[in-house]
Amino acid sequence: MVRAVVGEWNDGCVLDVAVKAGTRHFVAQRVTAILLVFLGLWFAGSIRGLDALAHGVVVAFVADPLNVFLLTLLTITLAYHSYLGVQVVIDDYVHAKGITVASHIASRLAHVLFALAAIYAIFRIGLGA
Amino acid sequence: MSDTKSPLSPHLSIYRWPITMTLSILHRVTGVAMSVGLIVLGAWLMSAAAGAADYDRVASLLSSVIGRLMLIGFSFAFFLHLANGVRHLFWDVGYGFEKYQANASAWFVLLLASGMTAAFWTLL
Repeated sequence: MVRAVVGEWNDGCVLDVAVKAGTRHFVAQRVTAILLVFLGLWFAGSIRGLDALAHGVVVAFVADPLNVFLLTLLTITLAYHSYLGVQVVIDDYVHAKGITVASHIASRLAHVLFALAAIYAIFRIGLGA
Repeated sequence: MSDTKSPLSPHLSIYRWPITMTLSILHRVTGVAMSVGLIVLGAWLMSAAAGAADYDRVASLLSSVIGRLMLIGFSFAFFLHLANGVRHLFWDVGYGFEKYQANASAWFVLLLASGMTAAFWTLL
């Protein structure tokens, strides 16, 4: 529907891509949000009580195969949702085109780095290294 | 312009800051704060994988006064962003758009997030 309307006055090229990208962003933000409601509450409930979180307790928690799966899913979902959010913030406040592009790249790198580090840590504990 | 008793636009002298605006700003601020906070989460996990000595160093930083204040801040940011995010999801499917509903849900989200933060740090 949107595609047809846009196509009428723009030959369906650039704006069509932009519209679809916008929809994808919207949907991805909401899908990750719904996942994070459950994963986030699960994680918050799991780590409650910092004083009790001795190294052995944390390692035993992370090493559980189900928790390896859930923590990995949490990491990816968090990184993606955070990236999408920061993307909007950059677009709202950074107006110089070069800095905008640089900010997006920096944000992407930082989020990928976080996800890789976290997943590496989770699997290192999970595999008992 | 004959009746100068009625307030002129933009009515700045009688403007009342709406609670919905506070929540809108808080949603963004807490989101960005947690994005930065991913560094802490990553460091915590990495230190746990590195071994007890490294983990204890990070854990002692996190359990210092500043560390605890930061974690309390992150937990509030998490619960507020979560509750307000669900509020947004209700809007996405078309519920709660009336002004009185938006105001009520804003206060509800604030109270809920405060209560969840308090419960997180006190209840067993």
